[in-house]
Amino acid sequence: MLEIKNLHANIGDKEILKGIDLSVQAGEIHAVMGPNGSGKSTLAQVLAGHPAYEVTEGTVMYDGRNLLEMDPEVRAQEGIFLAFQYPIEIPGVTNAYFLRSAYNEIRKAKGMPELDPLEFLDLMEEKTKIVEMDQAMMNRSVNTGFSGGEKKRNEILQMAVLEPRLAILDETDSGLDIDALKVVSNGVNALRRPDNATIVVTHYQRLLNYIVPDQVHVLAQGRIVKSGGKELALELEERGYDWIPGAAA
Amino acid sequence: MSSAIESLVNKEYAYGFVTDVESDTIGRGLNEDVVRLISSKKNEPAFMLEWRLKAYRRWLTMKEPHWGNLHYEPIDYQNIIYYSAPKSVKPLQSLDEVDPELLRAYEKLGISLNEQKKLSGVALDAIFDSVSVGTTMKEELSRHGIVFCSFGEAVQSHPDLIERYLGTVVPHSDNFYAALNAAVFSDGSFCYIPKGVKCPMELSTYFRINSADTGQFERTLIVADEGASVSYLEGCTAPRRDTNQLHAAVVELIALDNASIKYSTVQNWYAGDKNGVGGIYNFVTKRGKCAGVNSKISWTQVETGSAITWKYPSVILQGDNSTGEFYSVAVVNNHQQADTGTKMIHIGKNTKSNIVSKGISAGHGSNSYRGQVKILPRATNARNYTQCDSMLIGNECGAHTFPYIEVQNNTATLEHEASTSKIGEDQIFYCKQRGLSAEHAVSMIVSGFCREVFQNLPMEFAVEAQQLLGITLEGSVG
Repeated sequence: MLEIKNLHANIGDKEILKGIDLSVQAGEIHAVMGPNGSGKSTLAQVLAGHPAYEVTEGTVMYDGRNLLEMDPEVRAQEGIFLAFQYPIEIPGVTNAYFLRSAYNEIRKAKGMPELDPLEFLDLMEEKTKIVEMDQAMMNRSVNTGFSGGEKKRNEILQMAVLEPRLAILDETDSGLDIDALKVVSNGVNALRRPDNATIVVTHYQRLLNYIVPDQVHVLAQGRIVKSGGKELALELEERGYDWIPGAAA
Repeated sequence: MSSAIESLVNKEYAYGFVTDVESDTIGRGLNEDVVRLISSKKNEPAFMLEWRLKAYRRWLTMKEPHWGNLHYEPIDYQNIIYYSAPKSVKPLQSLDEVDPELLRAYEKLGISLNEQKKLSGVALDAIFDSVSVGTTMKEELSRHGIVFCSFGEAVQSHPDLIERYLGTVVPHSDNFYAALNAAVFSDGSFCYIPKGVKCPMELSTYFRINSADTGQFERTLIVADEGASVSYLEGCTAPRRDTNQLHAAVVELIALDNASIKYSTVQNWYAGDKNGVGGIYNFVTKRGKCAGVNSKISWTQVETGSAITWKYPSVILQGDNSTGEFYSVAVVNNHQQADTGTKMIHIGKNTKSNIVSKGISAGHGSNSYRGQVKILPRATNARNYTQCDSMLIGNECGAHTFPYIEVQNNTATLEHEASTSKIGEDQIFYCKQRGLSAEHAVSMIVSGFCREVFQNLPMEFAVEAQQLLGITLEGSVG
C-alpha cells in the first residue's frame, strides 16, 4: 500500500529525514518509535503533505501512485489521514459542520452523493459512541477550548467518520491519562480492517499495549536504524535507545 | 508566506460595469449657487433651502478631519460633480414607467424592480446616482400607514415629518462630511413607521453610483414612532473606474418609546484595483437616537468594499432602558483602508449597549476599529459589552484597535474584550488534511470568525454576506 524509498526531507536548510525506507501493507499496523528530534513527526507531516517540509530526494508510492505529487487535500480524499499531535483550533466553526464538510468533500471525490445534515447526524450518533464522546461536543467549535484529552478523542472521531485507508497517528498518546488512552486505543482497534493500515508514531511503549503493532521501527537521526516485531517495543522500554547502532546521540 | 496565503483575494469586482443612460449633470465644483440649483431641481420648500445654505456656510468654516488611521491624496472638492440624474427619471406613477435601461442595470446587479419577480417580503427603494428610480411594494406598505419613499418625494408629500426630524440626530453642523452632505444631498430614502405598527416586510435601499466624477451624497431618515418596529437593509455598488469617487452619506434613525429599528448594511462599493488605483472614498455618518423609553437600535454592517471607509454607526441612548447594538464585519484586501467602529452614548438610566466588531485584513489592507463608549452622569446602571477581534491573512496587512472609554457614573458596568489572530498555514493545512480545498478552508475559518455578526443579519442577507466575503478574499490564499 505504501512504499517509502530513500526519503530525504528538509525544513528550511536543515535536513531532518536522511533516507527513510519503509513498506506498509494493507491490514498492518506499524509503530515508529525513537528519541526526541529523531524525525518521527516530520515523517508523519511529510506523508500528509505539510508545505513547511521540502522533500529533496526519494520516492513515496501510495497504491502504486506518486504520493509526493498529490496536494494535501487530494491525499486526504485518497484515504490518508493524519491524527495531529497538536490538533488545530478553528473558532466559530462547529465540529459537526467541519466534519460534515470534510466527509462530503471526500465522498464527492469518490463520486458518492453527499449527506445532508440530518443523515449526517445519524452517522454521528453511531460514530461518537466509538470514542465515548458526548454528542454535545459536535456543537462546539473545532478543538476550541477542548482539553488535551478531548482534542485527541476528537481526532479519533474524525478518523472514525472519514474511514481512511492509511491512518497516521502522531503522538496520539501524549497527554492522555490511562482511561483516555484506553478509549482512544479501543477506537483505533475498532476501526481496523483488512484493507486499511495504520502507522503509529509514539514515544512510549505503553500505547502499544493497547494497539498491538505488526512491526516496530526505530527512527534515529533521520534514518530507520532497526526494525522488528512487537517485542522490540518492549525491549526499547527496558533498555532505551542507546544500545542500537546509529541511535546513540 | 507560502503561495497558500497569497492567492485568495484577487477575483474581479463583478459589479464594475457602467450603464449607458443620458444624464442631467451640472458643472463641477461647489458654491452657493450649486446648493440653490440642487434645491430648485428638487423643487424644495423654503425651509429645506435654508437648511442647506446654513450647512454649506458652516462647511466652509470646517476642516477635513484627519484623525482617522487613513492615508490618501487630498480630495479636490471643486473637481467633483455634485448632481447627476438619469434624464429619464421624472415623477413616476408606477414602476412600469421606469427606463428599461435602468431596470436592466438593476437586473444585472441581481435586483429586480419588477414587482412580480420581487422576493416577497422585501420592499426596495433604488437610488441611481443622485436620485431614486423607484420604490416597490408601496401600496402594500401604505395600507399599514407606512411611508417608504425617496427622500425627494417625502419632502413633497410629508414636509411636516421632514421638517420635524431632519437633522435632529445628525445636525447640519455635525462634522465636515455631514455638513457637506446636508448642503448638497440629492436624494435618499425616507421611512416612517406609525405608532404601534410592526413593519410586515424588510425595507431596503440599493445605492448605485454610475456617472464618473460625481459624488454621491444621499441621506436616509428612518423614524419609528411609539411601539413601532422595522428592519431595514442597505446595499451598494459602483462601476470600476481608475479615479476615486466620493461617497458622503448620512443616515439618521429615530426610535421613540418602545420602538425598535434594525439597520443592516452590506457595503460593496468598488474598492480599487489590486494596486490600489481607483475606488470609492466612503465617508459616512450614521447615527441613531433611542429617544424613547425601552427603545432599541441595532446596526449590523458588513463592509467589504471602498478604497477608504470612514464610518462609525452610533447610538445615542437617551431614553431610559434603551438598547444600542453594533455588529460589524470589516474586510480590507489589496490596498483598502478602513477606519470604522461605533459610538455608544449612554444618557438614560439602565441603558445597555453591545458591540461586536470583527476586522479581517488581507493583502496590504489596513483595518482600524475605533469605538467610543461614553457614560454620562445621569446614566445609572448603564452597561456596555465590547468585543473586538481582528484576523490577519498574510504578512503585509495591518489591524489596529482604538477604544475610547469615558465613564461619568460609577454604577456603570463595562467589559472590553479584544483578540488578534492570524489565519495560519497550520489551520489551512489541518483543513486540507481533512480533504478541504484552501479556498473552502479560508471561507470556513473566516465565516467562523464572523459568526456572531452574521447571526444578526436577516436570512437572505446573511447568505449574500457570506458569499461576498468568499469573493472578497478569493486569491488571498493559494
